[in-house]
Amino acid sequence: MTAMTMAKALNTGLRRAMEQDSKVILFGEDIGRLGGVFRITDGLQKDFGEHRVMDAPLAESGIVGAAVGLAMRGYRPVVEIQFDGFVYPAFDQIVSQVAKMHRRTEGTVRMPIVIRIPYGGGIGAVEHHSESPEAYFAHTAGLRVLTPGDPQAAFVTIQQAIACDDPVVYFEPKRRYWDKGEVDEGLDAQDLQRVPDPWRARVVQAGDDVTVACYGPMVRTCLEAARASSDVSLEVIDLQSLSPLDIETLVASVERTGRLVVVHEASANIGLGAEIAARVTERCFYSLEAPVLRVTGFDIPYPASRLEEHFLPDLDRVLDAVDRAMAY
Amino acid sequence: MSDAIRAGAAIQLLSPEGERVFDTRYDITLGDAELRDLYRDMVLVRRIDTEATALQRQGELGLWASSLGQEAAQVGSARCLRSGDFAFPTYRDHGVTWSRGIKPLEILAMFRGVTNGGWDPIERGCAIYTIVIGNQALHAAGYAMGIQLDGSDDAVIAYFGDGATDEGDVNEAFVFGSVFNAPVVFFCQNNQWAISQPREHRSRAPIHARAAGFGFPGVLVDGNDILAVMAVTREALERARAGGGPTLIEAYTYRMAAHTTSDDPTRYRGAEELEIWRLRDPIERLKVFLARHGIADRHYFDQVDHEADELAVHVRDGVRSMVEPEATSMFDHVYAEPHALLEEQRRQLREYEASFVSGGPA
Ligand SMILES: Cc1ncc(C[n+]2csc(CCOP(=O)(O)OP(=O)(O)O)c2C)c(N)n1
Ligand SMILES: [Mg+2]
Repeated sequence: MTAMTMAKALNTGLRRAMEQDSKVILFGEDIGRLGGVFRITDGLQKDFGEHRVMDAPLAESGIVGAAVGLAMRGYRPVVEIQFDGFVYPAFDQIVSQVAKMHRRTEGTVRMPIVIRIPYGGGIGAVEHHSESPEAYFAHTAGLRVLTPGDPQAAFVTIQQAIACDDPVVYFEPKRRYWDKGEVDEGLDAQDLQRVPDPWRARVVQAGDDVTVACYGPMVRTCLEAARASSDVSLEVIDLQSLSPLDIETLVASVERTGRLVVVHEASANIGLGAEIAARVTERCFYSLEAPVLRVTGFDIPYPASRLEEHFLPDLDRVLDAVDRAMAY
Repeated sequence: MSDAIRAGAAIQLLSPEGERVFDTRYDITLGDAELRDLYRDMVLVRRIDTEATALQRQGELGLWASSLGQEAAQVGSARCLRSGDFAFPTYRDHGVTWSRGIKPLEILAMFRGVTNGGWDPIERGCAIYTIVIGNQALHAAGYAMGIQLDGSDDAVIAYFGDGATDEGDVNEAFVFGSVFNAPVVFFCQNNQWAISQPREHRSRAPIHARAAGFGFPGVLVDGNDILAVMAVTREALERARAGGGPTLIEAYTYRMAAHTTSDDPTRYRGAEELEIWRLRDPIERLKVFLARHGIADRHYFDQVDHEADELAVHVRDGVRSMVEPEATSMFDHVYAEPHALLEEQRRQLREYEASFVSGGPA
């Protein structure tokens, strides 16, 4: 095991994937010489060459649309969208083409494309640099959506996403890029088939009283809440795969705890929390001791950075919801 | 791609050495007071920029996008606008907003993170900054279509960078401007870089040459020469007002600072080109010209420097004492009328945060 940041874990995972398969190519704005604005692709152009790590023109629709063509030609493009708020020019290509191509071609053309997107707030950024647009993509049939909760998950799932024959929108919790964790670099391609399935949620903290479901940047927040909660025992589940959702793992937990709090930075309205609440309620109606509660961003555009701490769920808001769930 | 300035391909009326240059197509005559004013504006805009960079370093601003080196392109072009005209700036166009009468603190509020806007665009004839690359070019085309529908002779100027010319939105704006023959001037500041990407990475053809394919004139101008920038912008605006449709101006300039305060340009560019461009400084060349022709003297330059010092103090104090927004103001203006869901969330947030004042949630 090696201690490394999530940024380094992603960089190492990308490097592994490129070593394993010469068809894996990287494409994005400023990802070459600069190594990306977050340095996730640092050093990869130097080591794999300009033909495999390409600085793309400043055009997101172009980046994703070209990835479709590259995929049709047998490549496995891993594209980087510089920030969450800049994926929208590519939305048409993602929703109309990337997500539907396999179905439209009756299974003849696969879209093994990974669209990496740093997302989420908490870094004091200017507008369009702190958004959580995952629900749009999770809502779109044909796309898979992954988001790692810690460096180990990042190292493993980025490689699994690249190996996947479906398109994967891969959301990277940017404010956790610099968090360190233990990473098992020894895992090779064979191991990656055995290590936990990326499409399954992970119980990152076992507990008895309240299940707390979260993902991406909120995993650390919820783990801290679990640690801070003295009399109520929290079971923290990192969903990791936002589409498909692993409802079984949640159901198994909620059947024991009887209470569920879902936490995400994105707004509540028609978000992941709503979907989870509906599905868990359908399955666990008789086990639930309280309604499923949500701790989320408000239903407003992401605020100016001086206000973001009031917008973002934090440890106190998670514990407040836990208390409310216990009070039923 | 060769350097357009060295190649003499760009319209120039004032050389980097401060000499008046004769051009067969363009000329401009400005009064002494106006020339001094241009100098003053550029010095003040540069001072705001220097101060903002320092404030970001001190943690007072979240981010700053420097306009250093691009003062002539910004001030020169925006100076040509009338009060009924409309400008659509990017996040770097502090010389544009300054020339439209937007106050430095109104700009800095966004970079401090107290607002995502800063002023009333309609009242001020100037849109708020657009961060999503290229979006505003289409807004400019549409605004110009509105002017046309109104039968007015106002005009619009859309600002964007060299990198932005990659985006669909900018190219679509060219199509809209062209098809509707809209009174819009597309003003591209080719500052040679889009973060780490050099202009060679853009397109094989020079940016201004693209206009021909869209069916309107394109002109390449020395963006560090405020006289040339004004001459070409005036002409383009006049054509727009007279029903002649769009023009694409490529102002050839240089981003002297990092992309933003978050960027480290040493990773992708060398110091040599910085040296070349330092000698092409837009302020210095006008200063030499003014002094040589007796239009301004030491006393005037000192006075402007003094004014800049005062402005810097005003900016510094103003930023530090900017009023923090109320948390619940997040819920304002999301919709035109009060919205039940948001009013409920506003109430919840207020009650939740009040519970901490009285010792935290039970
Ligand atoms: C749609 C979109 N994609 C990516 C970005 C990130 N980004 C911000 S500035 C920039 C480069 C812009 O270059 P250019 O248009 O030349 O303007 P300059 O910054 O040089 O003034 C990029 C890629 C963005 N803001 N919007
Ligand atoms: Mg540029």
